[in-house]
Amino acid sequence: MSEKPKLAMYWSASCGGCEISVLNIHEHILTVDEVFDIAFFPCIADFKVKDVEGYPDGYIDVCLFNGAIRNSEGEEMAHLLRKKSKFMVAYGSCAYEGCIPALSNLTSKEATFNTVYFDNPSIDNPNHILPQEVTQMPEGELTLPAFWHTVKALDQVIDVDYYLPGCPPEPPQIWAVLQVIVGALLEGKPLPPKGSMVGHTGVAVCEECPLEKSEKTITRFYRPYEIVPEPGICLLEQGIVCNGPATVGGCGALCPQVGMGCRGCYGPLPGVEDQGGKMLSAIASVIGAGEAGMEEHEIEQQIEDVVATLADPAGTFYRFSMAHSLLQRAKINGNGKGE
Amino acid sequence: MKRITIDPITRLEGHGKIEIFLNDQGNVENAYLQIPELRGFEQFSIGRPAEEMPRITNRICGVCPEAHHMAGTKALDMLFNVEPAPVVKKIREMFYMAFYNTDHAVHFYALGGPDFVLGPDAPPEERNILGVIHKVGVDIGKQVIAHRKRNHEVIQWLGGRGIHPVAGLPGGWSVAVTEELRKEIEEIAKQNIAFGEFSLQLFADVVLANQAYVDLILSDTFTEDTYYMGTVDENNHPNFYDGKIRVVAPDGSEFVKYDAKDYAQHIAERVEPWSYLKFPYLKGVGWKGFVDGMDSGVYQATPLSRLNAGDGMATPKAQEHFEKFYETLGSEKVNGRYKPVHHRLATHWARLIEMLYAAERMLELVTDPEITNPEVRPIVTNTPTVGIGSVEAPRGTLTHHYETDENGILTKVNLVVGTTNNNAPIAMSIKKAAKGLIKDGNISEGLLNTVEMAFRNYDPCMSCATHSLPGQMPLEITIHDSKGQVVDTLNQFID
Repeated sequence: MSEKPKLAMYWSASCGGCEISVLNIHEHILTVDEVFDIAFFPCIADFKVKDVEGYPDGYIDVCLFNGAIRNSEGEEMAHLLRKKSKFMVAYGSCAYEGCIPALSNLTSKEATFNTVYFDNPSIDNPNHILPQEVTQMPEGELTLPAFWHTVKALDQVIDVDYYLPGCPPEPPQIWAVLQVIVGALLEGKPLPPKGSMVGHTGVAVCEECPLEKSEKTITRFYRPYEIVPEPGICLLEQGIVCNGPATVGGCGALCPQVGMGCRGCYGPLPGVEDQGGKMLSAIASVIGAGEAGMEEHEIEQQIEDVVATLADPAGTFYRFSMAHSLLQRAKINGNGKGE
Repeated sequence: MKRITIDPITRLEGHGKIEIFLNDQGNVENAYLQIPELRGFEQFSIGRPAEEMPRITNRICGVCPEAHHMAGTKALDMLFNVEPAPVVKKIREMFYMAFYNTDHAVHFYALGGPDFVLGPDAPPEERNILGVIHKVGVDIGKQVIAHRKRNHEVIQWLGGRGIHPVAGLPGGWSVAVTEELRKEIEEIAKQNIAFGEFSLQLFADVVLANQAYVDLILSDTFTEDTYYMGTVDENNHPNFYDGKIRVVAPDGSEFVKYDAKDYAQHIAERVEPWSYLKFPYLKGVGWKGFVDGMDSGVYQATPLSRLNAGDGMATPKAQEHFEKFYETLGSEKVNGRYKPVHHRLATHWARLIEMLYAAERMLELVTDPEITNPEVRPIVTNTPTVGIGSVEAPRGTLTHHYETDENGILTKVNLVVGTTNNNAPIAMSIKKAAKGLIKDGNISEGLLNTVEMAFRNYDPCMSCATHSLPGQMPLEITIHDSKGQVVDTLNQFID
């Protein structure tokens, strides 16, 4: 193999959208092919786990790891790739913060199996069969990975060097980050400090959203089908839940611009540990409570009434960040490993 | 008994493992396709507001998020009992046609095509998209990239984002089409038609002009007589966005035609302890095991099955290729329709015919005088109850089923997705290919990829199927003796 830097990309429990996001840098993919040797990239190249196991430690320069840690296989691959990679990037929301798969942390393994394999309209399972880690067949033994109770982000399993947020990351950000990496590897330019989140604006989605804010307050929330938003006006100030204030930018505020509230896929702002908590305070500030002459308990009641019009605050404000949320941390610490 | 483990299989979306058992003579005794993961969307979606489902379930699959977004959006139409305005249906379908154009192109050029363009026995390190580009030329490679790019732009314009779109609403769509946008999309639709015809010509030149490939396609090793499912319009032509679900028997007769909302009367799903993925079958025929034929409820849902389930294509250029497809593959016409083609590798050809249809349909929709009507987002006040929506995902009929309380908070979710339909047929195709190719214990590197071709034509998406996408790694075959000792290891690389 040549002396070009080595690139790896691997998917654990994810949807494949991260791989498609890399393809969506379109013609730049030819540049990536020119600059890097692929060391492991199951989506586009035929390297094997056995090859990776045979590499010296640190052989891979950059590993883009996407997907949450859902089962034993994902965790084993995370450990292997950590050992073989100089820089480990948690690529995309699943690896970074759990993403949609971590909504599973609001329920249990037992409930999941019950719904999927026993209790649904199309099931035919009179003998209550469940998938097994080991099954003895007439011809021999068949095995499956262990399905875990709790979904984890990558940094809850291994040491991570950089984070690239987004579900999936938007192509302009991906290309910008790849250029920084190339500059460091080929020209010795400095890399960001270890632990940095890269490929974002550092400020809220609102800062890149063209919809106009006017410090207007609201008296109720609307579900997206209950209102036709006025064009050009901040959705949150029209009573449409939008996680923009609690979400770091970098996406270009695409969703609000088509009249749909942000769901927070880029994750929390830098320095904010709990995206949902931050969003709750943003919500509180937009509620128009407290008219002149009102008692304190009346104001509190008014706030409660408005908040009561919110559907599913936990599943909405922590839509992408459940693995890291303070809501979940207690549960993970509760049994030590969260398995 | 000797065992061959193929873990994992490659050039598909998602993860699968194949276990092949050999008897003492070294011939195949049995083969299993195992799917090792599950994410459990049906459970963790409970408690969420129903209208969020198009934006939650698209995360089932980042390769076909548009399909889950659309099935979810259609389920919301029924859930809230609101009939979308004609312009809404047209914008949704136009968006969906852009998606089909990019998705089918990815499969042909990056996943399935390398086996034909480079050959099943080409060096494994060349059997990929870059190898295809080197073989057919960088200019054609750039055309493929440009095709993906322009259609992802349409997806972003109409859906809000290039991946994981957000525009679906009960009875509506959050993006209207301006005249300026319409003109751009019209130009793209025309380019798509040219690219679709180009791709079919490439298929003719590379595959059909090569007798060895034609023989492979027609061989018994890659043939399976199952039932075929596909969504059809009122003329029994395939439609990817809407229609009735039609199932055709192996002999070509119509077995059943039903509305998506009645799916549970017609489809049931079995569980096996050795896979996280369920095995659907036709209730009206019954489960008879992993076997084909009229008496087995195994059906498939793929580009091949959609053509087999249809009486013809709704657009003229695609119809020409539809006729050529059946004539070339030796199908006779009975009662005015072609008998099904059972040759699984013909699915690659069927996929390209579908891509051309999607391009032609996109042009029809974008030149519809009503497409720029701005009234796309209704206010909905009906009380939600039950919603079932289905579309043809590129990998098969996709059904979303939601039940809610009176506030639209989900209480029950069931998802029967494209590739899941094909779980049993893929397992059967693998077993048949293994039986046909592995003789007297002789295994060669060239065999491995040919076994893989047995599943690859389905374009399986295990992320969809298991609502999960675990790792995808290259092929490795380990041979054990009867005591479990490794006696040989083969892989795709010849060192």
